[in-house]
Amino acid sequence: MIDPIEPPPRKNPLIRTRLPTSPPKARSRTSHAFTRAAAEGRFVLQRCGSCGTYCYPAREACPCCLSSAVAFVDAPRRGTLLSETTVRVPSDVYFRERAPWRVGLVKMECGPIIVAHLHADCEESAGVKMSFQLDRSGQAVAFASPEKETPNMSDDRQWREMTADPKFRRVLVTNGRSAVGQEAVAALKSAGAKTVFVGVAEPWKPLAGEKLLRAQEGIEIVPLDVADEKSTMDLAADIGGKVDILVNTTEYIRSGGLLDRRGTSVARDEIDQAYLGFINLAQAFGPGMRMRGADGVNNSAAWVNVLSVYALVNWPAFGAYSASQAGCLSLSHSLRAELRPGGVKVINLFTGPIDIEWFQTVPPPKVAPRAVATAVVSALQNGLEEVYAGDVAEEIRQRLAANPKAVERELGGRYRS
Amino acid sequence: MQSSTRTPYEGIVMAAPVTIPYVRYSIESAQWWIGRALGALVAQAGIRPSDIDGLSVSSFTMGPDSAIGLTQHFGLCVRWLDTIPLGGASAVAALRRAARAVQARDVDIVACVAGDTNHVDSFRHTLENFSRFNQDAVYPYGAGGANASFALIARHYMRTYGVKREDVGKIAVAQRANALRNPNALMKAPLTLEQYLSARPISDPIHLFDCVMPCAGAEAFLVMRDETATALKLPAARLLSTIERHNAFGHDAVQLRGGWAMDVGELYAMAGVRADDLDVVQTYDDYPVISMMQFEDLGFCKKGEGADFVRSHDLTIDGSFPHNTSGGQLSVGQAGAGGAYLGMVEALRQVLGTAGPTQVENARLGLASGFGMINYDRGLASGAAIIAGPSR
Repeated sequence: MIDPIEPPPRKNPLIRTRLPTSPPKARSRTSHAFTRAAAEGRFVLQRCGSCGTYCYPAREACPCCLSSAVAFVDAPRRGTLLSETTVRVPSDVYFRERAPWRVGLVKMECGPIIVAHLHADCEESAGVKMSFQLDRSGQAVAFASPEKETPNMSDDRQWREMTADPKFRRVLVTNGRSAVGQEAVAALKSAGAKTVFVGVAEPWKPLAGEKLLRAQEGIEIVPLDVADEKSTMDLAADIGGKVDILVNTTEYIRSGGLLDRRGTSVARDEIDQAYLGFINLAQAFGPGMRMRGADGVNNSAAWVNVLSVYALVNWPAFGAYSASQAGCLSLSHSLRAELRPGGVKVINLFTGPIDIEWFQTVPPPKVAPRAVATAVVSALQNGLEEVYAGDVAEEIRQRLAANPKAVERELGGRYRS
Repeated sequence: MQSSTRTPYEGIVMAAPVTIPYVRYSIESAQWWIGRALGALVAQAGIRPSDIDGLSVSSFTMGPDSAIGLTQHFGLCVRWLDTIPLGGASAVAALRRAARAVQARDVDIVACVAGDTNHVDSFRHTLENFSRFNQDAVYPYGAGGANASFALIARHYMRTYGVKREDVGKIAVAQRANALRNPNALMKAPLTLEQYLSARPISDPIHLFDCVMPCAGAEAFLVMRDETATALKLPAARLLSTIERHNAFGHDAVQLRGGWAMDVGELYAMAGVRADDLDVVQTYDDYPVISMMQFEDLGFCKKGEGADFVRSHDLTIDGSFPHNTSGGQLSVGQAGAGGAYLGMVEALRQVLGTAGPTQVENARLGLASGFGMINYDRGLASGAAIIAGPSR
């Protein structure tokens, strides 16, 4: 059983901040199928299309019949811990700083033997549930957890290295005016975040729910206009050293593509808010977060982007907006690579149309702001990297995997929706 | 006794056991160590470098070279060439390949050599780049290297057969006693069982004295036909039998036995001897628990009785079961792929009667085994050879 983690003490400014290090990151190209699965929270193994044998580690042919049809498929997660060890003298700096570190050999019910990181409550000869997680190099690793929920389970030291749990962490929600932003504040607080900073642009304007926010302990309303470089830098100068998780809820949604709009002023606003706002945020908060990736219990851990699923494929009814989101998606990939030395995850959460006024004319299903917020917290707690919130986003994901050209034609066919 | 249908190694001998004394760290290259070993081979055998017409090389640290680069580096013009990247099984593999080549007269004199350097950071580089499975699915899990992988095997083995740390420790302690007689051993201080048991844990149940010390060094020997040895007036040992096996028992969930268990009948049948005829045994001791596993798999006792076997024998040079008489890798040091050769070269000295301070009295028949390449969750390569001295 695990003792709950203690709230971290105030940072002592006289003590040097421990710099982040990364676990071994080299992988074969084939092995990145596990990275893909881990990013989405799926558990896959290779399974031979000819003889049905499951295998691991990643292979180029079946070890049973030499067939090359060894596709990665969703696989059963149950296994038994056969043997374990506690590594006390690792040869790598990351693990040396975190030793002792527990690993074990797990025999999967479907066949393969997997070397896995162990949750502290895993016991030898007992059943475990296997998952692939992204470690602080951003690479997939197998993680064995006890089959049943145990007390303080998510406080496990090794598990917490794989996740970005909001518990005891300090979070900046960049747009507190949006419904998603407000729901995110509530969800993060109830997930144990120590402080949630709520960014509000043009603070002289009335803010819905302001009273409720101000009444709660650990919620601080801060001035933030992401489109304004100075505003972003000013806030970072003030709180940049204590943002452990940044949730980018920037929202600027206008309908229309290219031909039905006149001029570029709306497009310019979209770019100012979403794309340049992203850059302003990254330049203001990114370097500090990358520095603080190993700074104790409340180290910097994750950057979340709430993006439209139409970043992945253009929806002409909101064509220019889709393009601004695609730009942000591309930026997120750059940010992901740039934050990786700090072990800071970049989580992209894709939504379909949200049930807010800017999607007023769009027919259901629409995803509730609260569901988006719940998905943000869940992604942080489980250490995911790609999340699809709601039915529309999930459907687009599946359709893109099946035939992206079909999605393009079909979205274009109802652009006047 | 089982019979063997394999072609006997008739008239195939080994000669000129060479050890280039080890150092903990070396600023020299692997090529430097291999060159020293080749020089010592030539000097000891009283031949010219041009008499060597076959070369077999094993090394973890000679990259980007392979054996071909070394021919030009050392001015050797050979007609038979081999690079053997089998880690702890390299010596057995080198010997058996060379033996067949000289037997077929493709080549007359093969220099088998293994050497590695050890810079302060070369061991970590070897760990990081060991194999694709290791890179993908082992090293990112605590970066414990072979210690962690063997800990998982050792713990399961010890639990399955009720083996205690004392039992395993007796092997390490006996080897240290042997090493104190070997001036080339890096470990110079006596080791008691109490010290073994109270050593700091490295990766449970592996503790400090279960681990070998990585070092730099080289080992070598020559393989030829007996008429060549006679013409050169070289004392030589006859090769009686060998076995080699890779990726055996892949369906064992955790490794409880090595490939020896698959071929051990063949090993003794081909040699025409029994396990208890052996005068001296050199097992591959990357961890003492692996030596215990070999006592079972090489037929000195039944599976699961390794601990009993150790309890009822004295494993020192003058004991009832002289084992790893040089001190083994555990006490001499592990010079990379040289570790595979350490036991083979010592066995050769023993049956030639030239082991000096570690000599077992009247040793005529010796066995050396190899074990290597923990590619993922188990050691894949295994092998063994039985050799006989001129007096047998």
